[in-house]
Amino acid sequence: MAAGVAAWLPFARAAAIGWMPVANCPMPLAPADKNKRQDELIVLNVSGRRFQTWRTTLERYPDTLLGSTEKEFFFNEDTKEYFFDRDPEVFRCVLNFYRTGKLHYPRYECISAYDDELAFYGILPEIIGDCCYEEYKDRKRENAERLMDDNDSENNQESVPSLSFRQTMWRAFENPHTSTLALVFYYVTGFFIAVSVITNVVETVPCGTVPGSKELPCGERYSVAFFCLDTACVMIFTVEYLLRLFAAPSRYRFVRSVMSIIDVVAIMPYYIGLVMTNNEDVSGAFVTLRVFRVFRIFKFSRHSQGLRILGYTLKSCASELGFLLFSLTMAIIIFATVMFYAEKGSSASKFTSIPASFWYTIVTMTTLGYGDMVPKTIAGKIFGSICSLSGVLVIALPVPVIVSNFSRIYHQNQRADKRRAQKKARLARIRVAKTGSSNAYLHSKRNGLLTEALELMGTPEEEHMGKSTSLIESQHHHLLHCLEKTTNHEFIDEQMFEQNCMESSMQNYPSTRSPSLSSHPGLTTTCCSRRSKKTTHLPNSNLPATRLRSMQELSTIHIQGSEQPSLTTSRSSLNLKADDGLRPNCKTSQITTAIISIPTPPALTPEGESRPPPASPGPNTNIPSIASNVVKVSAL
Amino acid sequence: MSGCSKRCKLGFVKFAQTVFKLITGTLSKDKIEDELEMTMVCHRPEGLEQLEAQTNFTKRELQVLYRGFKNECPSGVVNEETFKQIYAQFFPHGDASMYAHYLFHAFDTTQTGSVKFEDFVTALSILLRGTVHEKLRWTFNLYDINKDGYINKEEMMDIVKAIYDMMGKYTYPVLKEDTPRQHVDVFFQKMDKNKDGIVTLDEFLESCQEDDNIMRSLQLFQNVM
Repeated sequence: MAAGVAAWLPFARAAAIGWMPVANCPMPLAPADKNKRQDELIVLNVSGRRFQTWRTTLERYPDTLLGSTEKEFFFNEDTKEYFFDRDPEVFRCVLNFYRTGKLHYPRYECISAYDDELAFYGILPEIIGDCCYEEYKDRKRENAERLMDDNDSENNQESVPSLSFRQTMWRAFENPHTSTLALVFYYVTGFFIAVSVITNVVETVPCGTVPGSKELPCGERYSVAFFCLDTACVMIFTVEYLLRLFAAPSRYRFVRSVMSIIDVVAIMPYYIGLVMTNNEDVSGAFVTLRVFRVFRIFKFSRHSQGLRILGYTLKSCASELGFLLFSLTMAIIIFATVMFYAEKGSSASKFTSIPASFWYTIVTMTTLGYGDMVPKTIAGKIFGSICSLSGVLVIALPVPVIVSNFSRIYHQNQRADKRRAQKKARLARIRVAKTGSSNAYLHSKRNGLLTEALELMGTPEEEHMGKSTSLIESQHHHLLHCLEKTTNHEFIDEQMFEQNCMESSMQNYPSTRSPSLSSHPGLTTTCCSRRSKKTTHLPNSNLPATRLRSMQELSTIHIQGSEQPSLTTSRSSLNLKADDGLRPNCKTSQITTAIISIPTPPALTPEGESRPPPASPGPNTNIPSIASNVVKVSAL
Repeated sequence: MSGCSKRCKLGFVKFAQTVFKLITGTLSKDKIEDELEMTMVCHRPEGLEQLEAQTNFTKRELQVLYRGFKNECPSGVVNEETFKQIYAQFFPHGDASMYAHYLFHAFDTTQTGSVKFEDFVTALSILLRGTVHEKLRWTFNLYDINKDGYINKEEMMDIVKAIYDMMGKYTYPVLKEDTPRQHVDVFFQKMDKNKDGIVTLDEFLESCQEDDNIMRSLQLFQNVM
């Protein structure tokens, strides 16, 4: 349970009085506070620096070194204090974690040293608070990259799981470094774009004279050659576009994207030109269309990262640019009007109308000053000078704003992307931990039934699982049990619920075992269903089956126990897949209530099982996550 | 197809807005900084001796209570949001916010919207160390949502619904729609002696004292501290 919230448990239990008059059934008994001892201060000596804290503070997280009996190994009898030969700076953070429930990462600390200390104290780094988590992950990633750079990866070929042909093609298009063929294709298209652009340019250059006629541009002199070049380029572009269209995962989105529009615009003029033969009326329009061929240059943006960034930042600064344009327009209109009326008097003035004055105003304000239009009257000259002075100001002022906006927006986007990526992981962690906490209660309920059944059969020499849960957890479970009694309904976990729904709708629920159970008919029928559920799911689990088997054996023992009053502890009586010792498993596994205020993923079990991915929505992965969630959720 | 026209309209509106923004040159605003909590209410409770005299707790118990309280609420007062969050941590399966809301208003006797440590400890003293009569009266106050001295069926429905909400969705047997209503009917049958549709404090006290289960369960949390 999170640090401070555990202290509110008495309040929550007191508030349960509100349920009492409403309930129809009697309430379960409260767990007795067995070892009620006074809170004592303990001294922790870390490399000479002494820290003191309450014992109960450390016991909040019984799965860590300081919270469990492991710290007794470090107890110094002579000085009556716990001595740790570790870094006191990092210990400060560790102890603060116990106090506040939040683990912080100090920025000055080396990431690998910090990780080592956390591993020593048995704390998972995943529970670092949100305030420091980003920094921690960044540093960790840098460190990992450094490690990766050090050992060159021999295996360049990544074993890609079977992608369809279409997907491989799309990947090849988007990332040319994936295969040699993609690289070849990338360079070929780049070459042809360059050829096409250069052709467009060159064909307008005057190319020497054919004897007997005026100077011709190259395009008309070697028209066949240029036509062939153009055809080749357009064929390549068409093939490329069609291939991209075929490979695109979402064709609709691809067609709407900017690059595809540029592609289309680049190759359209050629085909239109093919269709329209030398028809005099439309040849003028045809010539205009050729202008669009210049858009082929934008196809380079697929090849150039810089162009893409420029385009993106322009797009994101559109409002600032718009503002600049708007203010310029305002100024132009004002000064054009003024100049027009000022120059109206003078004869042979070029300022024939206000729109004609626009040209003068623009040229003056941008300090170009072509000199094709000059004011002749004195008033005109005065206003003309005012115009040029204000032009400098109007243009100069928004530009730094735009530039700073560029960099700000650029960095902001980068940070937003990073935070978005982390947010999904964070939400997944919270979700996983939340299911963990509810599953902890269910698991302990099953264990409670088990211990009751064992008590019924009078096997007192066993160490029951219930004893290993802390007082706070047992109190919390008692509270939840009271709620169940008040409402006369039970908590079950998600797939049991779905199973029950399915079974109630299909009405073929096997209830053969239920009559044989003597006590608590309602609760044990669910226990049955859980057991049958477990057997069906066992093949799907990909964890080492020890944990699942131990849980299964628990419920098995329950059922078998009530059928055979003389339960022997010999393993032969367990005729399910019981290879491991049941008892050792019972003793070693500890269940901690995982009520959290911070996200916690399932912890590493002692056997070092790999933890399942945090977001495991599929029903066939629920059991593994439940199994590893329930057992040893560390640092809570 | 109606979605198509709606989307067209939305697109047009967005386009018009973009053009307008472009013309008038509205710069994109920075995200408004979260306003600092101007009301940094800080409250210090009365002295330990006074509280010990007023409540049924010992000094040590008050110390433990206060340490926990201060940890979650450093400012010394709990507002409803924090209260709901804390309470929700104990019931991860379902939604404890409504019950926490009613609890908060039962704790907040002066209806100020915040619970100070004294109110908290006074209520806890009644709940954990009070007489049966006091506990029942506190519970009656909890059920009486509008504090008019009577519990009617709607108030009871709200409370029972809030309790059932805490169970969440995944229960056995499956929660049906009218389960709360049935529960409330049973409750009213038991409590409403003169069948007038409302339960007064006397009826409530009388009915509870007749029921052994309730009496036993009231003693359950005696040694919680």
